[in-house]
Amino acid sequence: MLKTFPKGGIHPPENKLTSSKNIKRMPVPKVVYVPISQHIGIPSEIVVNVKDKVEIGQVIAKSGGFVSSNIHSPVAGTVTKLDKIIDTSGYKKQCIVIRTDVKNESNFEEIEYPLKKEIELQPKEILQRINDFGIVGLGGATFPSHVKLNVKEGVKLDCLVINGVECEPYLTADHRLMLEKGEEILVGIKILMHALHIDKAIIGIENNKKDAIEIFKNLTSTEKGIQVAALQVKYPQGGEKQLVRALLKREVPKNGLPLDVGVIVHNVGTIFAIYQAIQHNKPLIERVVTVTGKKVENASNFWVKIGTPISDLITEVGGLPEGTRKIVNGGPMMGKAIKNTDVPVTKGTSGILVISEDEASRGEPKNCIRCGECVSVCPMGLEPHLLMNLTEKGFYEKASNEDIMTCIECGSCSYVCPSHRPLLDYIRFGKNIVKKLETAKN
Amino acid sequence: MSNQPIIVSASPHVHSDRTSKKLMYDVVIALIPAFLVSLYVFGVGALIVTSVAIISCLLFEYLIQRYLLKTAVTINDGSALITGILLAFNLPSNLPIWMIIVGSLVAVGVAKLSFGGLGFNIFNPALVGRVFLLVSFPVQMTMWPTAVENSTKIADAVTGATPLGIIKEGLMFGETMTDLSSKIPSNMDMLLGITGGSLGEMSAIALLIGGLYLIIRKVISWHIPVAMLGTIAVMTGIFWLVNPEHYANPLIHILSGGAILGAFFMATDLVTSPVTKKGMVIFAIGIGVITVVIRLFGAYPEGVSFAIIIMNAFVPLINSYFKPRRFGAKIKSKIV
Repeated sequence: MLKTFPKGGIHPPENKLTSSKNIKRMPVPKVVYVPISQHIGIPSEIVVNVKDKVEIGQVIAKSGGFVSSNIHSPVAGTVTKLDKIIDTSGYKKQCIVIRTDVKNESNFEEIEYPLKKEIELQPKEILQRINDFGIVGLGGATFPSHVKLNVKEGVKLDCLVINGVECEPYLTADHRLMLEKGEEILVGIKILMHALHIDKAIIGIENNKKDAIEIFKNLTSTEKGIQVAALQVKYPQGGEKQLVRALLKREVPKNGLPLDVGVIVHNVGTIFAIYQAIQHNKPLIERVVTVTGKKVENASNFWVKIGTPISDLITEVGGLPEGTRKIVNGGPMMGKAIKNTDVPVTKGTSGILVISEDEASRGEPKNCIRCGECVSVCPMGLEPHLLMNLTEKGFYEKASNEDIMTCIECGSCSYVCPSHRPLLDYIRFGKNIVKKLETAKN
Repeated sequence: MSNQPIIVSASPHVHSDRTSKKLMYDVVIALIPAFLVSLYVFGVGALIVTSVAIISCLLFEYLIQRYLLKTAVTINDGSALITGILLAFNLPSNLPIWMIIVGSLVAVGVAKLSFGGLGFNIFNPALVGRVFLLVSFPVQMTMWPTAVENSTKIADAVTGATPLGIIKEGLMFGETMTDLSSKIPSNMDMLLGITGGSLGEMSAIALLIGGLYLIIRKVISWHIPVAMLGTIAVMTGIFWLVNPEHYANPLIHILSGGAILGAFFMATDLVTSPVTKKGMVIFAIGIGVITVVIRLFGAYPEGVSFAIIIMNAFVPLINSYFKPRRFGAKIKSKIV
């Protein structure tokens, strides 16, 4: 029996169309649009002015507080504008626009870093550098990594969990990274184990990525303390709490963090970014993005500089196919639909999904027939139909008592609802109001 | 790109291919075997009762929604169709047509639409229709054409009671189970459906096939049928062991009187049954207990309909009491 989390979950069609496509390097964009709020937390503070010349990797926006992150220039060029543009969230956000200097050769050097295994830095230095180099969680939540790694004295921590689950349909960015950069990821894991003073790590990979499991089993065969676990394919196993439960049988308490059960979880993409930062002094200025869709001509995986307009990626895969009705930043379960392709790739962009006519629109909502399917698929043990009802009627306090805030917004309820009810929409709305009410109370 | 505008909506952007309509039509498919058996056993009478019930349920839903409530008409969502079939399955095959129409009106108009339509009804509509008829016209509702003899002609001449009715009456007059055993059909006949009774309740085999289909298609879960039939078997089993001369054996109770029809098709009605598995089990045990109490000690020989309707009323309470365990609510694991 493969490991998995016990309660809830769904198995939507996987549609991993690009799992055999090597990660290609995108051509350097002419202009990059770098939003200053690419992570969860306080937006960064801009430290450049219009007409400034910037180098690759230069800090252009400084961390705005503890839960924040530095942002580095992805290209060498000139700052042309500091402007508000619509980003993937759909809101207008402050953004640094940099025109790439086509004469500057550093833009076009394709450096293939040799594998470097020796870890020279001390734990404190490692954590400092993760902070300085703008590393945030690349699985999608973009939580600043140094905050996660900042373990207070006396907190018991014994295991590092590496998230190679990639449970979202369509996305293959993490899968390809594991296949192509396995050794680097392993070094990255050791860096973190060294920095956190722990000797146990476990890599969780879903069983639809047998080749990646194989690679890591071979790589870790001589490693003491690093394990690889094949997981049953089930969404949302990539959620921290579900993953920790699946791998270690530890249940993160309600409103708690994995650290409460002695675990820190990091995505494989983040681990690779940490490897590059520590071993090669490379800040987080690019990431792997899957550009895919059933009708997309050359769907593939790409190394993309942060700030690259999504339209560049679309052009690279052969343009928007006929009948495109929806473009999603991220996977189909949790990604955000975007209005147009002018928005830039940010640190949290794991994929671009193009959806055509037949799958783009939602079914018409019907009455709830109380089939209980939403309850049985909810991985958090909630009752989505009840939460929607309470929110719809304005009973926010009751919704709060029914643990609406513990919803991880995985969307399993909306996915299965046979009456096409917009369960998650209402739950999100309810969460926002409950959050506001709670802030108002304090 | 086409001229169609880009759709921007919140996640998730995919949906499973299950729809309420598909669920409903799966139930209709699952009822076909039982219908075929009753067609074989009761002949044209079965066809007439079923079609009248279906047509009047659909018609009443249409008329009420269109002209009285002035809301969207939902007759093709499959739910009124199911109500019609299930109502028919709970009626004798020789019931006067006007009574079927009255039953349909009560089922759709009173039990369903007056509560707010599909999803808002507290009680199973078909059962409310049936119980209304049973209470209003007890004579016609408890005279069943006996099987086999009527397979080719419309039955109104020969009528008889159901196995449970025979037992109830016999015991009242001081007969023992041994005396009665010759009067009731054999277990095999009851399994196949060669017995008296309402249209769709007699053939255990056909109902089990349909029920199994529903479980395989994941329209219903096994919890309600298993817990309900299990409770009936255990409870009647205890009484039977204590005094086999006075109480029928569990097999007779399971195979007769709509226990199987109720367990797979009536109690499992999505709208009127609890949401969680835990709740379903409690609900089904309740139905089992009430059924046995009515059958053994009540005035009616048969109790499934009443039992389900009584437990329907407890569903909101069960739902709010038996909630799923919240993730992380109680920490079981410890750091080793």
